[in-house]
Amino acid sequence: METREVIIVGSGPAGLTAAIYTARANLHPLVIEGIGAGGQLMLTTDVENYPGFVDGILGPELMAQFREQAVRFGAEFVTADADRVDFSSDPKRVWVHGTEYAAHTIIISTGAQARMLGLDSERKLLGHGVSTCATCDGFFFRGQEIAVIGGGDSAVEEATFLTRFADKVTLVHRRKELRASKIMQDRAFANPKVEFRWNSKVESVTGDGSVTGLVLRDVETDDTSELPVSGVFVAIGHDPNTKLFVDQIDLDEDGYVITVPGTTQTSVPGVFAGGDVQDKTFRQAVTAAGSGCVAALEAERYLEALGDQRSGSQISGG
Amino acid sequence: MADGIMTLTDATFDEGVGGADAPVLVDFWAEWCGPCKMIAPVLEDIAKEHAGKLQIAKLNVDDNPNIARRYDVMSIPTLLLFTDGEVKKRLVGAKGKAQLLEELSEFIT
Repeated sequence: METREVIIVGSGPAGLTAAIYTARANLHPLVIEGIGAGGQLMLTTDVENYPGFVDGILGPELMAQFREQAVRFGAEFVTADADRVDFSSDPKRVWVHGTEYAAHTIIISTGAQARMLGLDSERKLLGHGVSTCATCDGFFFRGQEIAVIGGGDSAVEEATFLTRFADKVTLVHRRKELRASKIMQDRAFANPKVEFRWNSKVESVTGDGSVTGLVLRDVETDDTSELPVSGVFVAIGHDPNTKLFVDQIDLDEDGYVITVPGTTQTSVPGVFAGGDVQDKTFRQAVTAAGSGCVAALEAERYLEALGDQRSGSQISGG
Repeated sequence: MADGIMTLTDATFDEGVGGADAPVLVDFWAEWCGPCKMIAPVLEDIAKEHAGKLQIAKLNVDDNPNIARRYDVMSIPTLLLFTDGEVKKRLVGAKGKAQLLEELSEFIT
């Protein structure tokens, strides 16, 4: 089996930036792009804060351009999820549906995915009024009343976006103020179709066959009430996609990959991590791309040092 | 019918699904749906590899809302598997090839 220089696992802004850089450095990267290829930006519409796009760009379009740029410099892609890794010896190995790939360096950029409330009723009604993708499913709620759960940027942005379709969007939040950025908050507060239910926790999603409402508990008074809605969009945060790496590299208590501050180095030499999988603070497309670049440069240096070592030992051995 | 994938509309749905010899997997999709784009190449692969045993079909929910409503499609991508014109399996959300084939194994014989 061929041992590659670098395998990149994940294909959002971090992974594809790492692919562009390592491909341009002639390291012939293999990108295990996964079924969630393109990452979280594939679930968004307008990206207004990615530098260089004055009028904004659609998330999926931005990712298509990243990918094309990586392909242009020779990056190869496998469109499936990795199902096992072994970083305990060199070369490191990654399995995808029984096919084994090996490389001297690995760049982890598997990102994060939407968190669910964890209610049985929510799971049962997923696809029947419960959704985690406003851009995909907003269309089905034209003229209806719906709810968005959460108080961060994505929740507030989704609530505003969904008013394109719905007659009324109620933002349900556990606290009495939003965590979202000022500009997002201002937009939501100014939107006559957006209403707010503060200090409210979702007890259950009601409905038989499709969603009819939410049972909410007021966290201050402990009273419960019902909110009749036909759609529920869950936007309560993200969890890192690191199940694959448990027992292989060090993760923190929330499951994020631990990297040496100021670098993308993980606990295993030759394994680097960039993007949301190691960032619970900033989580922007541009910061992900930035750390993907750092991971690529660090991988390149690691390979150079490895090459020097190898040629050094050959000389002394000869 | 490019690459063995059948395009269905509100007008052709019943004939297309009812008249097929093989089970039909209908992909409810739309242009603005990122995850729908993610699974498109997977479905193309499956269509090629299982030609004759499984018919893959696509229905754009934006242009054909009636059929989407008839089957209570409220989230895309949704994949519905039909045999003899009846829904036998419903899959919601993007899935990988291996997972899809596993879910569909009993219908691909």
